[in-house]
Parts: sequence; structure tokens; C-alpha cells
Amino acid sequence: MRTGLDSTLIVMPAFNESEVIADVIAEVRRVLPGVACLVVDDGSSDDTTARARRAGAKVATLPYNLGVGGAMRVGFKYAIENGFSNVVQLDSDGQHDPSFVPVLVSKLASADLVIGARFAGEGEYTVRGLRKLAMAFLAKTLSATAKTRLTDTTSGFKAAGPRAVALFAEHFPAEYLGDTIEALVIAARSGCVIVQEPVGMRERQGGTPSHNPVKSALYLGRALIALSFALVRPPHSLQEGAVA
Amino acid sequence: MTLASYIFGIASALVAFLLVVEMLRRRRIRERHAVWWLIGTIFALIISIFPDLLTIASRLVGITLPINLVFFLSIGIVVLVCLQHAAELTQVEAHTRSLTERVVLQDLRIAELERRLPPEAEEWIAD
Repeated sequence: MRTGLDSTLIVMPAFNESEVIADVIAEVRRVLPGVACLVVDDGSSDDTTARARRAGAKVATLPYNLGVGGAMRVGFKYAIENGFSNVVQLDSDGQHDPSFVPVLVSKLASADLVIGARFAGEGEYTVRGLRKLAMAFLAKTLSATAKTRLTDTTSGFKAAGPRAVALFAEHFPAEYLGDTIEALVIAARSGCVIVQEPVGMRERQGGTPSHNPVKSALYLGRALIALSFALVRPPHSLQEGAVA
Repeated sequence: MTLASYIFGIASALVAFLLVVEMLRRRRIRERHAVWWLIGTIFALIISIFPDLLTIASRLVGITLPINLVFFLSIGIVVLVCLQHAAELTQVEAHTRSLTERVVLQDLRIAELERRLPPEAEEWIAD
């Protein structure tokens, strides 16, 4: 079993990111030369696929939108079929800094899932109000579930080791918010070791972030519902023997 | 209302609610399809425990017989579920169609690639 960056696949779910995708891919290739990278175009209506291809990435184009969870499932399955041990999820809007990928992957030596956490002292990333409350509550509950201190559970910047990749290829949730909250619950309750690693987070390079009180309240409600269902569901079994 | 009918009402609502939750738990039904059923069964549970709420609510909206409010809301929820199903079905059909198109186009591409293979590759080609 290969370990480290040469057996790591970077999966970049992309939905209508034609503005920034080429720059993000260029940066990944500059910062992480030789690391395999798969862009999953989640049924974009713009030319995300063409621009990603031109920027030199391998692109899987979904025939219609499946959501981040659905796009990541494709990434995990591709990783297994092509013999990659690790998968790193990297957003294609430029929010995640690829220079943190090596440290996330290095932590996989002693964990199954490494979360790049945004408020752990690195970089400048702030949230306010209800959303902050929601995130604090989620962090508390999921820390208890994962038996480790997690401060940023809604981060999409994650590295998964062989056991987590095998689990996620079959059971990665495709529901709304499933790729963050429920994915952590599934991993924790299947016996995966979860740790977090502070990363700097940047502002989006393109598009518009959504922040208004109504949306935040809705987000809070949906997050709580997603969390409660995730917690009452029966856990999946982890195939032992897939340990690197 | 006798005590027996009061308890029967609560029990029925509770069974319906727990059925929906259990189906969700076992992933027999997705969250997005269960929302209306959850709302409906929670309402039923609240009203079975506090029947006076129903009388107050009927008076508020000007309905003489409280039971008519129950029928109205029940039908409303069923209609919403049907509408949601119709919308989802439309989307599923669209997805199936785009998958079919893609499969057909891939078939053509594969056939074209096979046509260009050298003759000695004949044995790999499945009919």
C-alpha cells in the first residue's frame, strides 16, 4: 500500500465554477506538482468542464446535479478503482488553500479522517450570529460523537485515509449537509479515528457567499435535523483489513 | 370524549409518528420525502394530546366543526405530498432521459473505437 502524497487523490467537486476553476487547478498543480487531481463537474450549466480540462485536470462530468455528496461519492469510487489510498476534498471556488494538503495527508498516518479546521487560529475567517451558534452547537455534539475535540465541523476541507475512503465510497451521504455533518457521524460511529488540523481559509475568489438571517435560521434548522437523523441511524460496519 | 378514545387518539398519532421516524432511521425514506409526513404526524400528536387546541384553532379561522379543520389540514398535507411527488417524478424522468442519452452516445463512441482497433484485437470485442 503506497502512502503519502503519491497515493493521494485530490477530488474537487465543482458546480458552475467556470470563473475560478482554471486558477484553482493551476494553483494546485503549482503547489502540489505531480499529485493526482480529479475535478467532478456536478452537472454545471456553464463551461466548467472545458475550462478544467484546459487547465490540465482530469474531469468527471456528471449528467445532472447530484450535490456535493453525490460528486464526492464519484471521487471516492474513482480513488478505489484506481488504487489511491487517500482522498482529499478540495473546494473548487478557491476557498481551500492547497498548500495545507501535505500536512492533512501526513496526519492520516495516525487517523482515518483529518478535518482542515478554519477557526483554529490560522488565517482570517469569521462567521457571526445564528450561523456561529449553529456551528458551535454542531462542534460540541460532534466532538462528543467523535470522542475528540472538533471546532469546525462544517469544513469541506477533509482528508480521508484508506478505511474512510472504503467506507465513504459506499456510504457517503448525498443529502443536503450530508457531506459535512452526517459524513462525520457515519465515520465516527463506524470506528474511524477523526482529528482536526488548523488551516487558513481564504475568501471565495468568485461567486457570492450567502449570508442573511433567514438563510442562517434555515441552515440552523436543517443542520439540527440532519444531525439528529445522523445520530439515531444504525452505524455501518467498517471493513477491517483495509488498514494501511 | 371518553378516556379510552383520548388514549386511542394519542396512541394512533404516536404509532404514525414513530413509523415515519423508523423509516427515516433505516434509510427506507429520504429526509426530503419525509418532511410533510413528519409535520403531519407531529401535528396529529399535539392535537391528540391537547384536543382543546383544535377547538381554539377552529374558532380562530371561523370553522364551526373542529373535525372539519382536521379534514382540511389532512387533505392539505396529502395534496402537498402528491405535488411534491409529481415534481420529483418529473425530475427523475429528466435524469433517466439524460442518462439514456449519455449511454447511447457512449455506445456509439465505443463502437467507433472498436472499429478502429487492429484486426488482432477481435477477441476482446464483446458482441
